[in-house]
Amino acid sequence: MESAVVSGLQGLVLGITNLGLGQVIMIVIASVLLYLGIRKGYEPLLLVPIGFGAILVNIPLAGMMAEDGFLRFFYDIGVRTEIFPLLIFLGIGAMTDFQPLFENPKIILLGAAGQFGIFLTLLLALAVGFDKLDAVAVAIIGACDGPTAIYVSSKFAPHLLGAVSVAAYSYMALVPLIQPPIMRVMTTAKERQIVMGMTKQPVSKTTKIVFPIAVTIFASILAPKGAPLIGTVMFGNLMKECGVVERLKSAAENDIANIVTLLLGLCIGATMEADKFLRAQTLLVLGLGFIAITLDTVVGLLFGKLMCLLTQGKINPLIGAAGISAFPMAARVAQVEGQKYNKKSYLLMPAMSANAGGQIGSVIAAAVMLSVLQGMGIVAG
Amino acid sequence: MDIWTFGLTVAVLGMSGTMLVLWLLSVLIFLLKKIFPQATALTETKKG
Repeated sequence: MESAVVSGLQGLVLGITNLGLGQVIMIVIASVLLYLGIRKGYEPLLLVPIGFGAILVNIPLAGMMAEDGFLRFFYDIGVRTEIFPLLIFLGIGAMTDFQPLFENPKIILLGAAGQFGIFLTLLLALAVGFDKLDAVAVAIIGACDGPTAIYVSSKFAPHLLGAVSVAAYSYMALVPLIQPPIMRVMTTAKERQIVMGMTKQPVSKTTKIVFPIAVTIFASILAPKGAPLIGTVMFGNLMKECGVVERLKSAAENDIANIVTLLLGLCIGATMEADKFLRAQTLLVLGLGFIAITLDTVVGLLFGKLMCLLTQGKINPLIGAAGISAFPMAARVAQVEGQKYNKKSYLLMPAMSANAGGQIGSVIAAAVMLSVLQGMGIVAG
Repeated sequence: MDIWTFGLTVAVLGMSGTMLVLWLLSVLIFLLKKIFPQATALTETKKG
């Protein structure tokens, strides 16, 4: 009897005796993520489940990511198979209105320039010693698009998934802090004061319905490896625009998106085990992620300046910074910065066009990159 | 393939490919708007 009690008590203290310093540090980091999500409101829908998942996975002996672990089950069916990010894309497509893009299609090019940080960061990641596929996973933070970053990193570098996801979502939330100083450095006061004329052009319902179908066929043929990304976004958008599958659209943007966001967040947190996360490599990923988003902004602004030059001053280069996928935050930043220098300047609509271009641009950039990698034989067909 | 050949190839093809596809999408939007004009806009154009 006495020995049974002692054994039982030993079982109760096993967790404490197996608690390592790394796990304590990770629980503190997870608590910071929870604080940022709950108190500061930074991407709470993702940071709260990520933070909680990170706590769960760092509880000693709980076996959350063991073969039969609770979180491992969801990780295997949703992240390893890349299903979760694709289902999120379905919801994003159902929530996205491409109207601003239809009104000024040329501005979509800013959405391409806003992705150049991905490719420039790829070179930097290779320079600091990441291997090819790890560098691709790190560089994709520059898409400034959480689901794209998760899709690509879970495909090529699942061991970096936690760091890449946390970097992607944290920097997206910090866009209003990261971009303004770069915007001020990269543009002149005269450029920032440009007032953009924007005529509201009516767009037919047929155009809005045909657009996602045409983009899916057209872009997927050009970059077939990205067809799952392009297809899910555009299918979501088709459900929104066609107006005859309201229940499905509602499920995609609410029920499915909510359930998947919850499970995806927990699974990302579950990849943040102390022995995998507390490495110098994680700091490098966070640093390169910051550089990627900075480069996106710089190249977007440079392209904005080029468009300003080509249109003889009709385009305010500030909207170039909105050519990233963080929607609608980046557009709001451009509007706020423009208003600081000219009260008569209303950049929100053109910046929304650039921002919508950035949303498509991030998916297209990932699709193009995957197809180039496939063509080079780096990834299987 | 060495890492620099890999990196430069992906970077150059990635940037130019993304730019090309998005430019083609802008052309696609332009064509869709021409093929399927908004009814009221069409009426106004006819009236004008």
